[in-house]
Amino acid sequence: MQTYPKKRIDLIIEMPLLRRITERFDKAGVTGYSVLPVIGGRGQSGAWTAGEQIGNAGQMAAIICIVDAAKVDAVLDDVFAIVRRQIGLVTVSDVAVVRAERF
Amino acid sequence: MTLTDLALQNLISPMVLFFLVGLFAAFAKSDLSIPEPVAKLLSLYLLMSIGFRGGAEVAHHGMSAQLLGSIAAGIALSYSLPFVAYYILQRTSRLSPIDAASVAGHYGSISAVTFAAVTGALNQLMLPYEGYMVAVAAAMETPAIVAALGLARPHREAAAIDSGGNVWREVLLNGSVVTLLGAFAVGMASGSKGFATVKPFLVDLFPGFLCIFLLDMGLVAGRGLQHGRKYMTASLGIFAVFMPLAGAALAACLSMLIGLSAGGMAVLMTLAASASYIAVPAALRLALPESNPAIPLTMSLGVTFPFNLLLGIPLYISAAGMLARSPH
Repeated sequence: MQTYPKKRIDLIIEMPLLRRITERFDKAGVTGYSVLPVIGGRGQSGAWTAGEQIGNAGQMAAIICIVDAAKVDAVLDDVFAIVRRQIGLVTVSDVAVVRAERF
Repeated sequence: MTLTDLALQNLISPMVLFFLVGLFAAFAKSDLSIPEPVAKLLSLYLLMSIGFRGGAEVAHHGMSAQLLGSIAAGIALSYSLPFVAYYILQRTSRLSPIDAASVAGHYGSISAVTFAAVTGALNQLMLPYEGYMVAVAAAMETPAIVAALGLARPHREAAAIDSGGNVWREVLLNGSVVTLLGAFAVGMASGSKGFATVKPFLVDLFPGFLCIFLLDMGLVAGRGLQHGRKYMTASLGIFAVFMPLAGAALAACLSMLIGLSAGGMAVLMTLAASASYIAVPAALRLALPESNPAIPLTMSLGVTFPFNLLLGIPLYISAAGMLARSPH
């Protein structure tokens, strides 16, 4: 099957930032993304679970988005301006997609 | 009723006992849990109930000049307590200025659950309080955040201050405030007839739902304390008990100036004594991301909330009974 190279951006962010990040995606012309709840994990402050948090301040969300390589720097600059002082992760990886026109 | 009687009655109330069950379950590493959507629904219910009852009471008794005075007192307390807290923390702890400002902000704002607990205790004692204290509680959520950001500002990089962005929409329209004030407005608009319609749900079931919610709070507080104990130094532990007493004392002085009833004074003292763990953490994650969120959460949820629930509330009610003017 014919596949096409694209970039996948994975973000683990603090829940209160979610709306701001997705707004930046929309402004940057990202055609699609998925938001997933994070149910727990371990970081610099130790292990945590979503069920032990009260309110959304301690919750985390994962965002997956796939973009064309030409767009990746612009999207990352925009997103990183928001998340650089926050708890979380930003990763970029190479992926292959089968429907290139969607990204 | 003496302070000892009140404290004992409080300790054997179902609400407090369920909280202790939750704490025990957390420390015993039980797998007991309340599903998150249920906890959210309970929180919504408690805020609706308190707000609606406050609004209905204002509709019944009418507005009074004390309302504005009480709101002004609440705002003044919420704005000034962070400065007191920051001053104490800078002299007694090793917290960075940013973390001290963050903790100070949490202690200036209020805990809606503690508010629910004090109203539950007052209802049990059949001690009336001014219905508009709901509006005072809502007004006390935000000024502390402004004060905390002001305290942190000289210690932040310029770029960080700019990236804080506009958090005020989130702060002013946070779910607790909208639910509380919305229910207050509905209660005021629908008056006695509306109150009679929803009383079986919003009033009669309140103690039972508060029990389930406090069971969950016991679990959350116990687990939070276990995870966050590495941040808890002796000085922060003492602060988390002393600061509520300082806040309550200031609130008592203002309550006497305004002329609040014993119940109203107990509510204002409890509000000033409580520390936020929902609204302020969310706002400060946006506006003060350099701060460590685990420190204030461990203090407010793990120490101050249990202290207020177990000992503080009976103490504030007892003190208010001695200091306040006679109820209407």
